Amino acid sequence: MSAPAIIADLARPATRTGLGVKQTEVRVAAVDAIPIGEGRAFHVGEHTIAIFRLRGGALRAMDNVCPHRGGPLSEGIVGAGTVLCPFHAWKFELATGECHTEPCKIRTFPVREEHGAIFVRLSA
Amino acid sequence: MKIVVIGNGMAGARAVEEILARDRDGVEIAMFGDEPYGNYNRILLSNVLNGSQDARSIFLNNLAWYVENDVTLHAGVRAVSVDRDARVVHGENGIAETYDTLVFATGSRPFVPPIAGADKPGVFVFRTVDDCARIADWAGGCENAVVIGGGLLGLEAARGLMTHGVDVTVVEAAPYLMPQQLDAEGGVMLARTMEQMNVRVVTRATTTAILGGDRVEGVQLADGTVLPCEILVISCGIRANIELSRDCGLATERGILVDDRMQSSDPSIYGVGECVQHRGMVYGLVAPLYDQARVLADVLTGASADARYTGSRLATKLKVMGVELASMGRLADVLPGDEVVSYCEPGRGVYKKLIIRNEKVVAGCLLGETDSAPALMSLYEKNGMAPERRADLLFGKPSQAGGDDILTMEPDALVCNCNQVTKSRIVEVIGQGKTSVLSIGGCTKAGSGCGGCRGLIQQCIEAFAGNIPPDPSAHWYVPAVPYAKAELTAEIRKRGLRSVSAVFDALASGKDDPASKPGLASLLKSIWHDQYEDERDSRFINDRVHANIQKDATFSVVPRMYGGITTPDELRRIADVADRYNVPMVKVTGGQRLDLLGVKKEDLPNIWKELGMPSGHAYTKAFRTCKTCVGTDFCRYGVGDSTSLGIKIERRFQGVEFPHKVKTAVSGCPRNCAEATVKDIGVVAVEGGWEIMVGGAAGSKVRAADLLARVGTHEEAIQLIGRFMQYYRENARYLERTYGFVERLGIAHLRDVLVNDSEAICVHLDKEIQASVDAFVDPWLEAEQPTHPAQFKGSTVIPLVELAATIR
Repeated sequence: MSAPAIIADLARPATRTGLGVKQTEVRVAAVDAIPIGEGRAFHVGEHTIAIFRLRGGALRAMDNVCPHRGGPLSEGIVGAGTVLCPFHAWKFELATGECHTEPCKIRTFPVREEHGAIFVRLSA
Repeated sequence: MKIVVIGNGMAGARAVEEILARDRDGVEIAMFGDEPYGNYNRILLSNVLNGSQDARSIFLNNLAWYVENDVTLHAGVRAVSVDRDARVVHGENGIAETYDTLVFATGSRPFVPPIAGADKPGVFVFRTVDDCARIADWAGGCENAVVIGGGLLGLEAARGLMTHGVDVTVVEAAPYLMPQQLDAEGGVMLARTMEQMNVRVVTRATTTAILGGDRVEGVQLADGTVLPCEILVISCGIRANIELSRDCGLATERGILVDDRMQSSDPSIYGVGECVQHRGMVYGLVAPLYDQARVLADVLTGASADARYTGSRLATKLKVMGVELASMGRLADVLPGDEVVSYCEPGRGVYKKLIIRNEKVVAGCLLGETDSAPALMSLYEKNGMAPERRADLLFGKPSQAGGDDILTMEPDALVCNCNQVTKSRIVEVIGQGKTSVLSIGGCTKAGSGCGGCRGLIQQCIEAFAGNIPPDPSAHWYVPAVPYAKAELTAEIRKRGLRSVSAVFDALASGKDDPASKPGLASLLKSIWHDQYEDERDSRFINDRVHANIQKDATFSVVPRMYGGITTPDELRRIADVADRYNVPMVKVTGGQRLDLLGVKKEDLPNIWKELGMPSGHAYTKAFRTCKTCVGTDFCRYGVGDSTSLGIKIERRFQGVEFPHKVKTAVSGCPRNCAEATVKDIGVVAVEGGWEIMVGGAAGSKVRAADLLARVGTHEEAIQLIGRFMQYYRENARYLERTYGFVERLGIAHLRDVLVNDSEAICVHLDKEIQASVDAFVDPWLEAEQPTHPAQFKGSTVIPLVELAATIR
């Protein structure tokens, strides 16, 4: 394989095209980089993603920016499958991004752990 | 049955809602609306004009609603003809709808008097949401505005224009403002109130010409006066839109003539709303229109065959220019022999009047103060007998506290007049679990009309949401764990639950509700001091990084400054840190210390190290500050050493957590320059001792503290303060400030327990608070020993090189 090119976008050939949408998986951090039960934010390409490490081992990933006043969801309190935005407590389902407070939805990203590392899947 | 409704305003859309609620499957509905929108609350347009509401938020039925409910809406299509023989309605774009039953809900249009120049650019009417947008747009470049028409709508337009920064003059032809609702005295009172708000009022004035070249430049009055203006709003009343109904041959006068079944002169055609005339009355207020819509729906669907509309007694409660007004009937309709009761208080702009005939109230107004409105309006609407003490109707009975007293209000008194929702209905839906203004409005429509009753609905929630018997959750310490505080504390101790997770597992079937976490974390710390598993993920962000998160996700750093006293060395350290870290703002706080604002999360530990000062706990539900004024150290009035007592208090109790923040102060004499009397705990030096006061506040709530006791020495003061603090911690609800706690328990009870030791718990209180004091650790020491390597990590950028290398 030739040396990887330094590219600004994520339009590299993808692993799966499935529905014709190009997808790319990115390793963002070691699982231990996130304190248990908390979230941290990662800038990946054009996305800022909040990744949560739930007590019990599951990982969740969603857009970091609250649609209300731009609060950092990664700093929120997680519980019962939801996260509360630290600014004004807007509540979001971690799995689907649906908001309990006002009718809206934020983007979620497929995320998984492999060998102690966190991988997030992005669509181009 | 195929029903066509001409008109998609508040009356037409409500009629459709009422019909669907009674017989969704038996009807097919098509509507014509000449505005290209769904149905919106026209009453709230003044809020849209003055910017306090977004246009989107006033919609009652957005376009999606029609689709969801299978109602065909021809939005933006005016109906132009009705063929009664063929039973067809034709729209202006050629669309035609056949009908079995036709309903006219064509509403009104603004009346524009025939004044020369009324068509110049810059001249507006104020009826639709598009009008609002046009007015707001034009007002931008204007200095002066004139509103012709001093009725309710004209005054609301004036208020809206003021927020666009223009000087407004209201011109009214009658001798006084709001001639429909008020009399001369009331109108003059209102004008005076408005002049105080910088709105000019000119009465007995008719406009004879609108001046200007290619845009409006002023108006000329009959007496020759010219008022310059760059924007003009005409608000001279409304006229029913009856041309279409007249053209198709229906009987009309000022409105389409309808009977008690809302039926017109054609048996297949009905009418509802501002366009109809019923028993000689044409209504322009929303409550009668909604009553008509209900009757119409009953009649058309057969839901109630004897349904009849018999007219409305017009009682309304509204706000005009921010002034409260309750109005019943017409004050001008006074006959010789009527009993007139009035009260006038010019200083506060209050004017109240009743016209009583045969022991019944036939007209009335309450201007500037409407505490007694619910009882008065209820009496009026039921046409009841006036009480012997007429003043009760103007001021409420002496036993009622100030304000609309929701507890003494009759169950069938109306909370929401626009939608005719009674107190008992609201209490009913609260009992069904609706405990927010929005959710209550969702099922009853209360609060969705003029919005003036929302405060009263909130009072209902506060009064009744906790009292409905099957809902004990009002007493739970945190929302998701079914125990009140005392029982929860007992369970935690008994079962040895030493983490928030353990509490959820043992007492809430493992469901870890995030909103309950901070309260539990705080409670565990109070109980176990430092002998528990401190799960940091159950803390709010402020308590994870010991700083207050700001609106841009930076943080505020407030080092502790005991008693508000600092040294040049401390100031230099603060200044150096501010320079070194390019801190955007350094601010003196209300708590007598300094705040570094705009600090990045990653910089927190280093800043703390370089400051070498402990945390000021400005970000959390704990002891905050002890402010002082200088006392006997320097002050010529000082009678006690307030600074050293303040410093002792702050050193002792720094960082102790409570159900909410606790702010304290010590003043060196009764002049009280440290404002101790509005603190959670305030100490005031007096001759020979110190007064200890509790339960004060000076934030969104202002409350004077109550005197707990007078003591002789610093040591006695500190002991008593510690006991109060511990008692507050053990007995207050989560997020209950001391002002609520002290009011709830009463100062007499607190004095009994804490001073007289009536419950023999003072030894326990002393011991517990001492244990907390002993367990105190400055959280900023985590700079040296973070709880996790990523404790202060903000966001991580995944570098592009690494990105490319890991793409698979």
